[in-house]
Amino acid sequence: MRTKDVTAHVDEKMPPTAAKPVLSVCSLSVDYVAPPKPAAHAVQDVSFDLGRGEVLGLVGESGCGKSTLALALMRLLPPAGRIVNGSVRLQDIELLDLDEARMASLRWSQIAMVFQGAMNALNPVRAVGDQIAEAIRQHDRTIGKAATVRRVDELLELVGIAANRRTQYPFQYSGGMRQRAMIAMALACNPAVIVADEPTTALDVMIQAQILDLLSRLRRELGLAIILVTHDLGIVAEICDRVLVMYGGVTAEYAPVDLAFNAPRHPYTQALLHAFPDPDHPQAKLNSIPGAPPRLDALPPGCRFAPRCPQAMERCQQAAPALYALPDDQFASCFLVEDTAEDRRGSLDHG
Amino acid sequence: MASPLVAVRNLRTLFPVGAHSVFRAPATFVHAVDDVTFDIDEGEALALVGESGCGKSTLALTLLGLERPTTGSIDFAGQEMTALKGSELKAARRNMQMIFQDPYESLNPLMRVGEIVAEPLIVHKLANARSDREARVRAALEAAGLKPPEVYLERYPYQLSGGQRQRVAIAAALVLEPRLLLADEPVSMLDVSIRAEIINLLAELKQTRKISILFITHDLGTVTAVADRIAVMYLGRIVELGRTADVLTQPRHPYTKALLSVTPAPNPRLRKERIILKGETPDPTRLPGGCRFAPRCPVAQPLCLASDPPLTALETGHTAACHFG
Repeated sequence: MRTKDVTAHVDEKMPPTAAKPVLSVCSLSVDYVAPPKPAAHAVQDVSFDLGRGEVLGLVGESGCGKSTLALALMRLLPPAGRIVNGSVRLQDIELLDLDEARMASLRWSQIAMVFQGAMNALNPVRAVGDQIAEAIRQHDRTIGKAATVRRVDELLELVGIAANRRTQYPFQYSGGMRQRAMIAMALACNPAVIVADEPTTALDVMIQAQILDLLSRLRRELGLAIILVTHDLGIVAEICDRVLVMYGGVTAEYAPVDLAFNAPRHPYTQALLHAFPDPDHPQAKLNSIPGAPPRLDALPPGCRFAPRCPQAMERCQQAAPALYALPDDQFASCFLVEDTAEDRRGSLDHG
Repeated sequence: MASPLVAVRNLRTLFPVGAHSVFRAPATFVHAVDDVTFDIDEGEALALVGESGCGKSTLALTLLGLERPTTGSIDFAGQEMTALKGSELKAARRNMQMIFQDPYESLNPLMRVGEIVAEPLIVHKLANARSDREARVRAALEAAGLKPPEVYLERYPYQLSGGQRQRVAIAAALVLEPRLLLADEPVSMLDVSIRAEIINLLAELKQTRKISILFITHDLGTVTAVADRIAVMYLGRIVELGRTADVLTQPRHPYTKALLSVTPAPNPRLRKERIILKGETPDPTRLPGGCRFAPRCPVAQPLCLASDPPLTALETGHTAACHFG
């Protein structure tokens, strides 16, 4: 078991690949199966590594498969969801090989999730502290009452809630505090990895900044590895180290955050960035991306972005590009980068 | 100089709270909108920016006459809105239309697009001839960018994407040919790629049709492309008001500075020192004595706790309510 080490300081600038990744996802594919309809390929061949104290941004439009990917990592897919291929290694344990009982013991204790709209997920008729205590006892049946209370206070303090609010009910908390309480609950068993699905979407910008600040502090102080699922590239630019841009269930681009924003190689990443106001010309017209993302049960035969891509070539309609490895740990699945690619294996090297 | 389309003066909308009856006046009030003054010119877009609970939505409802102001005046196209009742109010309201936040909830799921857009005409007993009504509905759909309109007329909301739904909501507002659009967080539920579409559409309506827009949002990042001026609201008050470029580049109120600092820029190289305010907006029934921002202000001085700074003109068209702004 990992012991809590608050004093450990992980430098934000430390290259994540320096040490062995905490979480390593390789060629993960997820289908939704509901016969007689054709299977929907929600996630296809997605790979990434996550180091200790690292924050990975998982970005894309609604329906691009990012939430499905997050649920697959937790092995919490709805009944129609099937992991059809790939591997998810969490600190040398292959999660996809575990039986449900063993997975249940790792879930929350090693990998935890903060759900979308989580602040509405608290039980309205139980004190917040009791709900966090329950999360602790679920995974440690032997812990005593006094120790549980101490741990709850410690967790509340960690997320910036005064311990005297332990006995209060969710309605006495503001939206931002409820979200903090949900993060405290996810941290209850000292997980190595947290998957946060749109943790700030319903919140004001100031409260969003408070939550992002909290997540940055947790990764710095606890070495927590975070997967941040969001549709907002601004948030990614603020706190992520690496970004994985998904489109139609596949990886469009996977790169260190600076490259993704300042030298994006996939036309989709470029288009997403152009949809934002330019900080130098805030009043210029915005560029939208015409069309809509593909339906996952009726994918185009070639590149999934081709129907909306301003630079699409004839070739893109026929064949799907591999994920090309580019210099400086950047990957893009587009024929346009083929010439500069270092290799064409199409997936990350996990050697 | 032409007079503004909307002139709001010293508007106050208070809500009584707590136990009260015909025999006893309420003890406390929520100061939702507290002494707000601003203009909107013809063809101008004003952004109203602030956190949840700052009163920005109440202000919109008060403009529409859906909430009665406690005191103050609203001059709309030369008419005093606060004095209107019944059919007069309904007729005046035809010229101001609201676009709501969530197009997944604001459209009736059982109505076809054509019916949704025609509904305001029926409510206001306009264009009673069928052919006339159809022509107006088509024109509104086209103006909202749903082209060709025949494709959309017979569809139900569930058959549309989020961006298309918001366009239907905009078409239903445009069909009455209003002079003012009140857009309450019109893009916050939409994906980034679609946000740009809707914002561009609003900017185009402003330019080509000279429609005035009040764009209400908590996110400064989404308004820069459409707003001519920005009003920043805190706890029922406008604390800063100025041209978009001025407010963005030379914010004068510490609250505006903080909001700007936490608005994520889409580039990691522009990561900036974030001024993160502690806590949330205070209880609007118990307002602090001096400046109402003082308890959260990072640069508050003893003076701020003692006296409430008025909105003061700094340079042409730029005002801020701060002793040290």
